[in-house]
Amino acid sequence: MKLLVCIKQVPDMDSHFKANESGDWFSETDLAYRMNEYDEYAVEQAVQLREQLGEGSDLTVLSIGPDRVVETIKKALAMGCDRGVHIQDPYVHKKDPWQVASIIVSYAQDKKFDLIFTGMQSQDRGSAQVGVTVAELLDYNSVTTLVDFEYADGAIKVKRELEGGLKGVVRMRLPALVTCQLGLNVPRYPTLPNIMKAKRKEIEAVSVSSIPNEEPLASSNRFYPPIKRGGGVVLEGEVADIAEKLIGILKEKTTVLR
Amino acid sequence: MKALLVGEYREGKLLDTIYELVAFAGKTGADTAFCLIGDAKNVPNFGGTLYLADVVKYGEYNPDLHKKLILAAIKIENPDFVVFSHSSYGWDLAPRVAANLKIAQISEVVDINDGSFEVGCCNGKMRRTVKPATNRVVITVQSGAFSIQKVPQGIPTVVALDVDCASKIEFLGYEPVEAKDVDLGKAEVIVSAGRGIGKKDNVQVIAALAKALGGELGASRPVVDAGWVEHSHQVGTTGQTVSPKLYVACGISGAIQHLAGMKKTDFIVAINKDKDAPIGEIADVFVIADVMQFVPVLTAKLLK
Repeated sequence: MKLLVCIKQVPDMDSHFKANESGDWFSETDLAYRMNEYDEYAVEQAVQLREQLGEGSDLTVLSIGPDRVVETIKKALAMGCDRGVHIQDPYVHKKDPWQVASIIVSYAQDKKFDLIFTGMQSQDRGSAQVGVTVAELLDYNSVTTLVDFEYADGAIKVKRELEGGLKGVVRMRLPALVTCQLGLNVPRYPTLPNIMKAKRKEIEAVSVSSIPNEEPLASSNRFYPPIKRGGGVVLEGEVADIAEKLIGILKEKTTVLR
Repeated sequence: MKALLVGEYREGKLLDTIYELVAFAGKTGADTAFCLIGDAKNVPNFGGTLYLADVVKYGEYNPDLHKKLILAAIKIENPDFVVFSHSSYGWDLAPRVAANLKIAQISEVVDINDGSFEVGCCNGKMRRTVKPATNRVVITVQSGAFSIQKVPQGIPTVVALDVDCASKIEFLGYEPVEAKDVDLGKAEVIVSAGRGIGKKDNVQVIAALAKALGGELGASRPVVDAGWVEHSHQVGTTGQTVSPKLYVACGISGAIQHLAGMKKTDFIVAINKDKDAPIGEIADVFVIADVMQFVPVLTAKLLK
């Protein structure tokens, strides 16, 4: 069985974001990058299935972006993916979800993957479109927001997370694409021996200009912080002082302290 | 301008998030029609056209069939906007409709100005504007971003939708919500732990503050996912919706799903070392400090 997991490298979300020179996305200065959190669950689920299937199955990890994304591909290899594909594109941040999906499709369409895993969304763009769009373009079944996954006999049975804690149970045959929600599993930390082993795994480099590219359907124009609503009191400084101040405010403004 | 608003049924009930879509359409000035895979006996209050397919025949969740039904409604209605809630139903279905028509989709819209859509990004810390390059656009609307003063009145004119109901996706039903050992909905004070507390052992520090304030312990999603706190304490769209007199968010950045579960609180205190954290936007008091340094000091002073 052939498995694919698509991952994205994103900045650490605790970073302070500033607009870049053209004002349409963040400036990369001083940012640290990591694997998109949702994708960690996708990689873990794909690796667990790869382990369940054993010999004769193969798990590819794919990522699009500049050279720095190779580090994130290496992490997925150390978690247990068999091979990596780096689609080299320094301008991927300028592409819309339709274009990103079509790049993945250009790579995947003749590879006959049985099952494709993606995160439910990226933490930076958060469109939640790429996975489902890939499935539509490949004419695969797909289901989003997984918090439970089982595979048996050419079909998957999954649970989707719905609002209010309810779950929807869905079954479908392969080929299929699934998008993974936080809490689906417990993503493993790569061990040192597996990190060493991953260094010998192949990472195929594919230039984005060597595969068909679609025109965008939307453009992202301005990047900025939300307008401060104001009104809130900000307390900063010596911990003991601000604790006193906070108690004073709670006594004055609420009825919970007597 | 015309907008086709796609509503959602859950366990036989029409979700009232449909009225947020009405509010969104109102802001664009578009005329509206509804599309529902629902129940003729349970339709929204609304005087216009309702494209309706029978939920018993097509199921509450079957994105494959729902996509075909919505595409059939689009063909008749010819709308400029096809609008969904950014919910587990909407984000699952919207890209299927957009990809089939090869039109732009704009996700999780919070506002619209001069044909440019404002959406959240970077875990809700930042915003960006998106402009579609196609005339017809699929939109998902952020929960709570648009609200209407008055529910519309009237009885819709129904146009029945029908497609071949062969499908490769099987919906096996719902798994009920886990029983709750804590009812946060009734608590007057909730003190919630977020990822910023650092490790499981630190939960007791937050629980001690909750006790000192006579309240209950709450938690954000990452803390529950990590197994530090039981799911019954989770506040947010996939946990409990709360409206206490005081909510203290400890090391919680304030993802939109969390904010949606607690923003009806009378008074919000946020403690976070990241001054850009979105929780700061809605906090009445924003304490910029390391949560594990600040909370024990606060608890000790309260107990004195």
